[in-house]
Amino acid sequence: MTDDGTKSTPALERTEAFSLEALQQGDRIEFARLVEAYSDIIYRVVMRMLENTQDAEDVLQETFIKAFRGLKNFDGRSKLSTWLYRIATNEALMVLRRGHKDTVSIDEPFQEEEDLDEPRQIVDWCCMPEEELMTSEARRYLDHAIDSLSPSLRVVFVLRDLEGLSTAEAGEVLNLSETAVKTRLSRARLRLRESLSGYFGKTHRLQPVIREGDV
Amino acid sequence: MEQHHCRDLLESLSEYIDGNLGPELCLQIERHMAGCENCRVVVDTLRKTVYLYQSTQEPVKMPGEVRERLYRSLDLEQFLPDAS
Repeated sequence: MTDDGTKSTPALERTEAFSLEALQQGDRIEFARLVEAYSDIIYRVVMRMLENTQDAEDVLQETFIKAFRGLKNFDGRSKLSTWLYRIATNEALMVLRRGHKDTVSIDEPFQEEEDLDEPRQIVDWCCMPEEELMTSEARRYLDHAIDSLSPSLRVVFVLRDLEGLSTAEAGEVLNLSETAVKTRLSRARLRLRESLSGYFGKTHRLQPVIREGDV
Repeated sequence: MEQHHCRDLLESLSEYIDGNLGPELCLQIERHMAGCENCRVVVDTLRKTVYLYQSTQEPVKMPGEVRERLYRSLDLEQFLPDAS
């Protein structure tokens, strides 16, 4: 969903009404237009990834500084917007990984921690009234649950489910195959489901569904 | 045997709730869910998880001072939308 609550039209679908030639020649007016068109979107994405205003601002500035320097080498094979998303998500991932002691590589291979987890929390909270699922405390818990995802899962979840990019678009931004995007999205969603089930099960004292073999 | 089947299907559930699976696999999942309460709960709560995230997103607005500092860091102050 977008800020105004409408079904998201990803930034990647925007008309790319920029003169690449002018941008590559260092035209300040054209670059200012690019910044004006994309700074809000980039800020939103990095805020969703980082949940920290200072880090988000640093990444926002770094993204456009790198974009300005890198434009002359931009080959036009991807859309400008995809390229900006890529710079921004790489920068944000570096920030996340600095605070994530177990990860080191930028082109992070699929790690053990991304293995498919068996669902453990089998609590049926899906039909609880919406107002109980959407309290301010629940919203804070939703944010907390995203924070606990590893960077490589979090970035896919943000791009696909919060920003509304397609699998192909997210793959292009992150330089991942569509299969890898789908796998990571699936892991991220299942982990979030697990966290939310634990939370709603506890706050509403829901009885777990009895699993086969448990009795 | 049954648990093994649950795990096999788990890989497909994310695509299932997005409606991206072929009819054959959908049918397989639905048949399984009809007899497996655990998987039915996982599917329903997975779908609800995604829905909650998508529908409770607070709008993120870039504050004016962040915009100003961005333009300044790029030496573009003169192009600030509100600059006279």
